[in-house]
Amino acid sequence: MNAPANIMRAAALSQPRRFAEGGLIDRSRPVSFRFDGKSYGGFEGDTLASALMANGVKLVGRSFKYHRPRGILSAGPEEPNALVEMRSGARREPNTRATQVELYDGLISASQNRWPSLTFDLRAVNSVASPLLNAGFYYKTFMWPASFWEKVYEPLIRRAAGLGRASGIEDPDIYERVSLHCDVLVIGSGPAGLMAALTAGRAGARVVLAEQDFRLGGRLLDERFEIDDADGLHWLRSIETELESLPDVQILRRTTVFGGFDQRNYGAVERVADHVPVPDEYMPRQRLWRITAKQTVLASGSIERPLVFGDNDRPGIMLAGAVRTYLNRFSVCAGERVLIFATNDDAARTIDDLAASGVNIAAVIDPRPQSSAAMINAAKRAGTKLLADAVIVRALGGRSGVRGAEIKGPDGEQVIDCDLIAMSGGWNPSLHLTSHLGHKPVWNEQIAAFVPDKLPDGMRVAGAAQGSFTLAGALADGAAAGVAAAEICGFDGVSPELPRIAPEPLALTPLWRVHGAKGKAFIDFQNDVTDKDVELAGREGFRAAELMKRYTTLGMATDQGKTANVTGLAVMAEITGSDIGKIGTTTFRPPFTPVAIGAFAGHSRGKYFRPTRLTPMHDWAAEQGAVFVEAGAWLRAQYFPNRNDDWLTAAIREVKAVRERVGVCDVSTLGKIDVQGPDAGILLDRLYCNTMSTLPVGKVRYGLMLRDDGLIMDDGTAARLADDRWLVTTTTANATKVMQHMDYCAQVLWPELDVQFVAVTEQWAQVSVAGPRSRDVLRKLVDASTGISNEVFPYMAAADVTVCGGVKARLFRISFSGELAYELAVPARYGDALIRRVMHEGAAEGIAPYGTEALSIMRIEKGHAAGGELIGQTTARDLGLAKMMSSKKDYVGRVLVQRPAFLEQDRPSLVGFRPVDRNQRLSAGAHFLEVSAKPVIENDLGHMTSVAAWSTLGHSVGLGLLAGGADRIGSIVIAHDPVRRRDIPVEVCHPVFYDPKGEKLRA
Amino acid sequence: MRYSVFSLLAQALNGQKGWKPAWRDASPKDEYDVVIVGGGGHGLATAHYLAKEHGITNVAVLEKSTIGSGNVGRNTTIIRSNYLLPGNTPFYEWSLKLWEGLEQDINYNAMVSQRGVLNLYHSDAQRDAFARRGNAMRLNGVDAELLDRAAVRKLVPYLDYDNARFPVHGGLLQRRGGTVRHDAVAWGYARAADQRGVDICQNCEVTNIRVENGRVIGVDTTKGFVRAKKIGLAAAGNSSRVAAMAGLRLPIESHVLQAFVSEGVKPLIDTVVTFGAGHFYINQSDKGGLVFGGDLDGYNSYAQRGALPHVEHLLEEGMALMPMLGRLRVLRSWGGIMDMSMDGSPIIGTTPIDGLYLNAGWCYGGFKATPASGWCFAHTIARGEPHVLNAPYRLNRFDTGHLIDEKGAGATPNLH
Amino acid sequence: MRIVCPHCGERPVDEFVPYGAAGLKRPDASASTSDWLDYVYLRDNKAGMHGELFYHVGGCRAWLIVTRDTRTHAIAEVVAARDQRDAAR
Repeated sequence: MNAPANIMRAAALSQPRRFAEGGLIDRSRPVSFRFDGKSYGGFEGDTLASALMANGVKLVGRSFKYHRPRGILSAGPEEPNALVEMRSGARREPNTRATQVELYDGLISASQNRWPSLTFDLRAVNSVASPLLNAGFYYKTFMWPASFWEKVYEPLIRRAAGLGRASGIEDPDIYERVSLHCDVLVIGSGPAGLMAALTAGRAGARVVLAEQDFRLGGRLLDERFEIDDADGLHWLRSIETELESLPDVQILRRTTVFGGFDQRNYGAVERVADHVPVPDEYMPRQRLWRITAKQTVLASGSIERPLVFGDNDRPGIMLAGAVRTYLNRFSVCAGERVLIFATNDDAARTIDDLAASGVNIAAVIDPRPQSSAAMINAAKRAGTKLLADAVIVRALGGRSGVRGAEIKGPDGEQVIDCDLIAMSGGWNPSLHLTSHLGHKPVWNEQIAAFVPDKLPDGMRVAGAAQGSFTLAGALADGAAAGVAAAEICGFDGVSPELPRIAPEPLALTPLWRVHGAKGKAFIDFQNDVTDKDVELAGREGFRAAELMKRYTTLGMATDQGKTANVTGLAVMAEITGSDIGKIGTTTFRPPFTPVAIGAFAGHSRGKYFRPTRLTPMHDWAAEQGAVFVEAGAWLRAQYFPNRNDDWLTAAIREVKAVRERVGVCDVSTLGKIDVQGPDAGILLDRLYCNTMSTLPVGKVRYGLMLRDDGLIMDDGTAARLADDRWLVTTTTANATKVMQHMDYCAQVLWPELDVQFVAVTEQWAQVSVAGPRSRDVLRKLVDASTGISNEVFPYMAAADVTVCGGVKARLFRISFSGELAYELAVPARYGDALIRRVMHEGAAEGIAPYGTEALSIMRIEKGHAAGGELIGQTTARDLGLAKMMSSKKDYVGRVLVQRPAFLEQDRPSLVGFRPVDRNQRLSAGAHFLEVSAKPVIENDLGHMTSVAAWSTLGHSVGLGLLAGGADRIGSIVIAHDPVRRRDIPVEVCHPVFYDPKGEKLRA
Repeated sequence: MRYSVFSLLAQALNGQKGWKPAWRDASPKDEYDVVIVGGGGHGLATAHYLAKEHGITNVAVLEKSTIGSGNVGRNTTIIRSNYLLPGNTPFYEWSLKLWEGLEQDINYNAMVSQRGVLNLYHSDAQRDAFARRGNAMRLNGVDAELLDRAAVRKLVPYLDYDNARFPVHGGLLQRRGGTVRHDAVAWGYARAADQRGVDICQNCEVTNIRVENGRVIGVDTTKGFVRAKKIGLAAAGNSSRVAAMAGLRLPIESHVLQAFVSEGVKPLIDTVVTFGAGHFYINQSDKGGLVFGGDLDGYNSYAQRGALPHVEHLLEEGMALMPMLGRLRVLRSWGGIMDMSMDGSPIIGTTPIDGLYLNAGWCYGGFKATPASGWCFAHTIARGEPHVLNAPYRLNRFDTGHLIDEKGAGATPNLH
Repeated sequence: MRIVCPHCGERPVDEFVPYGAAGLKRPDASASTSDWLDYVYLRDNKAGMHGELFYHVGGCRAWLIVTRDTRTHAIAEVVAARDQRDAAR
């Protein structure tokens, strides 16, 4: 890729359209790049567009629908035509505007939407069929036969549509996101933005100046302005130097502020490394800025309007302002003989600049019946003819570019040869960001453009963005806006003396389209929308701005109609005889220019998509070879395989260890909330449907929380550690939700209660030690001062204890497994030591670790409701827990749980299931049907909520919600699972399969 | 004029001069048998089916702006009937059946594209929940397939299978699901209704609903009073505001939902894919743009715009699911106002006021429901009582507890 | 959107969990089912100034009442729900 320097220099030297000197390119730094496989040379400071132009490349793309040959139209973010695929492989990036690509050595680019090649595109046949392919044609055909849409028409349309090709593989670059707070955000660094940043910065405000280009200056770079009787670039350099010296001014180059959001929030994207072949290691490709600004000065300039005449899309037809940009900034001119077609005096600059560069001006076409003195004088200075009251009806030429134009004027028609047409239909303020919060712009007749009206909170607009199209106006606006913004932020702003600027002619008479144009007259270049399409939309009733846009697709391409929208609306107004101000604009929405999806996501992708919560015992479990499973943000040990065990083999071994000896399980992920205060019991009584306040100190109780609508929110336990102190546990999944709910109840519903609580999930590591020998293990851990005999510490006891010689701990005698079991909690920092100690002390008892699979099997055997049953659609009654609902107190959900639907007899309720053929494995999600019933929804009896593939009983068991529930125990139903192609006869049974009397856990 | 390739050819030869407005821009008459408030997809579909199925053509659709300017013009274009609960599955399946015959019915190509809807699952519990759903669909005669990881990988090879925080375990696929060109739905129904005599009145905002002796008599509008025997409300995000004109409070909150479209690219994603470890759904339009969306911003809003952090959260999900998206660009975002109901399911039925009918509470799901919603609402208005398909969507289901809560989120609209 | 938390200062909206209308009066335990249905299900859902609950989950854990225009998102007032109840008393 790095060609020898002499070759590069040769390539750089052979740029046929480059002038020998001038411009803001660094001729001492030639670079080489590729376009469609061919090598070219350019200079640092070029854009891809300017370098292509310097090399005489005119044809750069094909249009969306008709595949018409297209060249570079503009020099900025409004570019509709020059879209390229950048880079290659995983970094391939479609639809990039060549006008915004900063040239670098080794750049690779390609044209797109052409087949087989750019110069010979077979799909250009669409142009021939174009009388058929006008606005909305697809709504009227492709309907017969119905099945052909997906099979024939749609694939054809999809392949033809789209623009560039995505890489289709993972983006290898990284992105980052940053928050930024400032006093004054200045958007745009043209004359207005520079003055605003300067005055606000001088006043001492924290200023952020964001510029989408890689160079500050805006149109100062593009024009041959004289400021204080000197080259405008001198002035620019002095301002830039001063801004860089101000400590509280931050300049963000290559940064587009793409959106305005509520409460003075802005989104911006900085292209950190798009101007190098590959970002350095650890360097983000792009950076997303979330900017909060007390004040904002929008100085985003304006965008020139093309003119609508026949074949106005030929390569070599450009915006006049862009012709000046390429000439002045990049020292390039795309043509040798230029025809100027303009409705306004701004074109006088084009005449002067071209003439000064020695470019031949074929003629100046001014559609105004009387041209202006400015134009006449400029034409005279340039020694060219000016045709007033004349229009171009058609551009002549082919895919290699424009070769001439048919002119119609007072003297009839004539053809003028040219190889470049510079057109100007006036300028539209870039007011997009004023409108992102829903404020509509208004029509200004004088400049024939929309201008901002009401503004978002904290925003002011300066310069061309509000329709001040002169340099003097922009400087004055910017200075005033900077001072005002700084003052609102509490700084003393001083209005500077404004530089001297010569008078600037501005007059404009809009020409929205050339009547009698021959050939296609494009309004929206990228989406191939012509004035005829707008006419058709008007004829068919799609006249309102939004309808016209959607029907014709005008303004819906990747440029979002930056050069097309206003003209489209004006043409519609003309056709319908209405007022453009009344038709209104379509809605501006973020982003201003397209923003990479990767930039929004930042670092949150892959494994770092969401934080991963690890328990204090995670490392220990990993050492044991545990397989982990996601449980919300947590990773939990799912099972502990021996060598190549599958999950079931491991889980069976773990269950057997618990049932026969003793097992230990990390239950740190359960939500834990420490509740304190004299009114804690009252609060808990209102939170849980069962009564908590009667619980004695030193005891735990199972509890059920309902929602206001009466359905179950969560279950868990509450342990009373002291008269006014409780420890509440929640399920892992609902820990955050329950905390939020408790805060809601305590702060919003009952703020009078004297109770405080805090989540302590992360402060405590907790293990369950379960199995007939668990007490023996506990005895070796719990310090002797605490008795844990069945008499002293019975089932559902709780206590603060010490373990392992004085470590503070909490001990609960609760059991999820159905065995004699304890849960032991220690401060999180001891978690790792605790689990190792438990394993060590338990070795003699044959202790084994168990994971969530074994946990799940055992809870199903015991008929405990969990995730599969607590689905937000079940009541306590559905789960056989109706008795828990107290009738003696107020609690959340008490009234609405009594609604008729929840009391219906055939409402599915919780029962157990086992396969009639004990060798068959049940599956959760199966629906229940009577044995001989047809599989139709009318016969649906409920569904299997949870299954254990194996159980201590030696076969698969399940829990489910079945219509008629307990009344069906003993009967056979079909577990119907068509998505897994399984129909299994199952026996309905009591949901507690294991130790139904609960003797083991009380042992 | 009937739309066909022949009319296109004839007009091509004629310089496109012969096309007529797709619908008349009508001014309201003094009196109608039925006035529909809201010229969105549902209101226009209702008008079409009132005329076609029930012969009621003295109908006006009153739209405060231009037709199709609400959610039918701003959505992620997805159609599907992969619902779980008894009230929902048959209704949405009927909608899908109507989509399947829509173009021939209304002579308008809405580009109904049955490219498949794939819901991914990332855990055993999610798999089982999808099995329950898929089985419910099958019991309703709806197509559903439960795919394992290998089958998903074959179908959508570009997901993150190797480095995902929440690995893809499989998916529930409804092949008959897909997408529809959304604007065309509004225009097609408008044209079809207009051809049967319905008046479509744009820029005609309803400012009051007049009720006398417990019965509606008409509406005041910005174009004057319009007398009506029956009034159907189909105002989507503005349902609460319109119902308040008749003194009704609804079990609805209005929320903003953002959605996005990328720059157009050549065919990349062939099915609709939804992420199960978050809330992100994506498909590619025929024009090439990737169309995607996710969760509500969460706060009550009528502002049709959202906040930047929610965009970031959504695209984190996009990148987590499809790391190939990084270099593609968001072209445009928008915010729609969702009428979020208290159980996440819609309301189509009668109200306590005689002659006033309500169609509201569509949450995220209004677009796919458009044909069945119009069809059922037309039936309800014509007969004065709901069809069996929309009977479960009655307004008083909250009183009796017959909730249709697919997500089990309870009376918290922003969680549905 | 940014919300000025009375305890934590101005914070981005993603630190908060919104929860719908504020100011609903929870009926007494003895109230009728119909009062409860109103409380749990029916909302004014106003287009205009609207008091809404936000939980500052990424900050101080306070439930806040944010008075905001639902048409423009302009925020008029933010108070802690607990304080508002105290003030009402």
